[in-house]
Amino acid sequence: MFVSPIREPLIEGHKTYAQMTEDIIGPVEAKPTKTWLAAVTFTGILAIVGFIMIGLTITYGIGLWGLNKTIGWAWDITNFVWWIGIGHAGTLISAILLIFRQRWRTGVNRSAEAMTIFAVMCAGLFPLIHMGRIWLAFFIFPYPNTRGPVWPNFNSPLLWDVFAISTYFTVSLLFWYVGLIPDLATVRDRAKTAFRKKMYNIFSFGWTGSAKQWQRFESLSLVLAGLSTPLVLSVHTIVSFDFATSVIPGWHTTIFPPYFVAGAIFSGFAMVLTLMLVVRKIFKLEEYITIAHIESMNKIIILTGSIVGVAYITELFTAWYSQNQYEQYAFINRSMGPYWWSYWGMMTCNVISPQLFWIRKLRRSVVFTFFMSVVINIGMWFERFVIIVTSLHRDFIVSSWSYYTPTLVEIFIYLGTIGFFMTLFLIFAKVAPVIALAEVKSILKIAGDQYTGENATHAHSHEEEKGASGHFETLIKPQ
Amino acid sequence: MSAKKVLFGLFDDEEVLLKAVKGVRAEGMKITDVFTPFPVHGLDEAMGLRMTKLHSAGFVFGATGTLTALAFITWISTVNYPINYGGKPYFSLPAWIPITFELTVLFSAVGMTLTYLYLNRLAPGQEPKVLDERITSHMFAMTFEVDEHTSEEKKEEIRNLLKGQGAVEIHEKDLEE
Repeated sequence: MFVSPIREPLIEGHKTYAQMTEDIIGPVEAKPTKTWLAAVTFTGILAIVGFIMIGLTITYGIGLWGLNKTIGWAWDITNFVWWIGIGHAGTLISAILLIFRQRWRTGVNRSAEAMTIFAVMCAGLFPLIHMGRIWLAFFIFPYPNTRGPVWPNFNSPLLWDVFAISTYFTVSLLFWYVGLIPDLATVRDRAKTAFRKKMYNIFSFGWTGSAKQWQRFESLSLVLAGLSTPLVLSVHTIVSFDFATSVIPGWHTTIFPPYFVAGAIFSGFAMVLTLMLVVRKIFKLEEYITIAHIESMNKIIILTGSIVGVAYITELFTAWYSQNQYEQYAFINRSMGPYWWSYWGMMTCNVISPQLFWIRKLRRSVVFTFFMSVVINIGMWFERFVIIVTSLHRDFIVSSWSYYTPTLVEIFIYLGTIGFFMTLFLIFAKVAPVIALAEVKSILKIAGDQYTGENATHAHSHEEEKGASGHFETLIKPQ
Repeated sequence: MSAKKVLFGLFDDEEVLLKAVKGVRAEGMKITDVFTPFPVHGLDEAMGLRMTKLHSAGFVFGATGTLTALAFITWISTVNYPINYGGKPYFSLPAWIPITFELTVLFSAVGMTLTYLYLNRLAPGQEPKVLDERITSHMFAMTFEVDEHTSEEKKEEIRNLLKGQGAVEIHEKDLEE
């Protein structure tokens, strides 16, 4: 297999297969640490508080929120779009990067996919509780009924969203679990205690690793990746249709689908970085999630962040160029109206700050990347808030203009979903391998630092190294 | 794998294993199965395995999803309960593309995964026949089916062949125990 000599190694520390198993399965077998327990307790309490607030909302109705007749969508839909956006990185990493043969994906795909599933769970919660009468939520599905039968409106983007998000959740879950089965079998075969053996035996589905099983595994992974690639692009496109097909100035724009998809990937990668930088530190996985991985993700952040920035500016230009006074007012009001702070917060966090990653030193800095990943997620939350609330709060009749502030119930529901998300992620990180072990092993001979890069010791790739530094022909000669 | 009793060699490197698979087959010996901790590229060709038809199943499931969505929405919107939405035609195909697409993906993914689990005999609680506990970690196994009629000479021949091809350990295991 030919590897360009400019590629950095993706697995450091001259690992053998046995060591890799030990490093990645070890944390699963170890006793939970005090830090982990403290973290789970904290996030768990946050989640419980959130669920209590959801309970109150269901009991007393959404009058407990700060919504009013003018502003009918606010934090709830902001949070929904924010979480769905975060959920886009996992499938992007595992599907699109698989098709593009990006090998660094193997180090981060497992936890990014888990993150996707948990984020979509948090996202799905918001439209459901926003319905007010959650016990009638099944009305959104087309089922034969005695009311006519009256079916849902198949021409409505809101119904498309139901299908898009439920499909996305299902397919992401399948993709994630299919990849997890061989690694759970590794935990099963190493298990020392009877209980652990039994549990992992159930969840590893009887995997043996025969050649035929792997052949089907690879075929399934490739086709699922092929299916998920348009799927991941379709989900946020359809979410953007919820806005773009309306006639509200500020929402009614054709730029929304690509702009939302880029924003989703932007925020998703930021969340992956936030979580992975913590995970690699706690589980000592620096040799598997290297600076090269972080740099690759930061490059995607530059790309998608710049697309988002261009989209913001295009919106402003279009508002001016359209000569439509409602459209123009929507944008003047966004940047200079009562919600100016959210607009400028969004602009600073999303347009200016990702450009700092053009500096190589910064995009290879762990501390700076962690800080930026949080900034980006704050900025992307502001973006959705700006789009939703500022477009609604001053509508066509001046007498109905209004201002929205969230209530404590809404704030704690939002914080509760963050707690819920973190709790699920912490539990996942404790019971399952956070790195796709089998996939990382399959790239060892290509991307391990004993085979490639400046510390290579393996004789075979030494020759390649020498040739590569001297003659260009050897660069393009397949091995 | 249906073999009841197997003789198997363990290898510690996939490149050695790949060469061994080719070497053993060149000797005219039939390999029952090969077990690896991760997908080894080129192994299925080296073993002479047929390409899986799983992706064809995926296409059929996907096409079922497309047709289901289109037929169902068309029937509802034009026959069962037509409603005039903003003067649009009852049969408004462009507006149905998103749901049709999603159901295509859903049917294909779910159908293929279930087929995959069925073909690979994977289910919660399924008892695996583990030859060696290191196979899911860092060892590669090449197995040969043997039974009570297999002569000692034949077994010895397999053992020598495995040793010659670079196997680091050779064991015999009764999978019915």
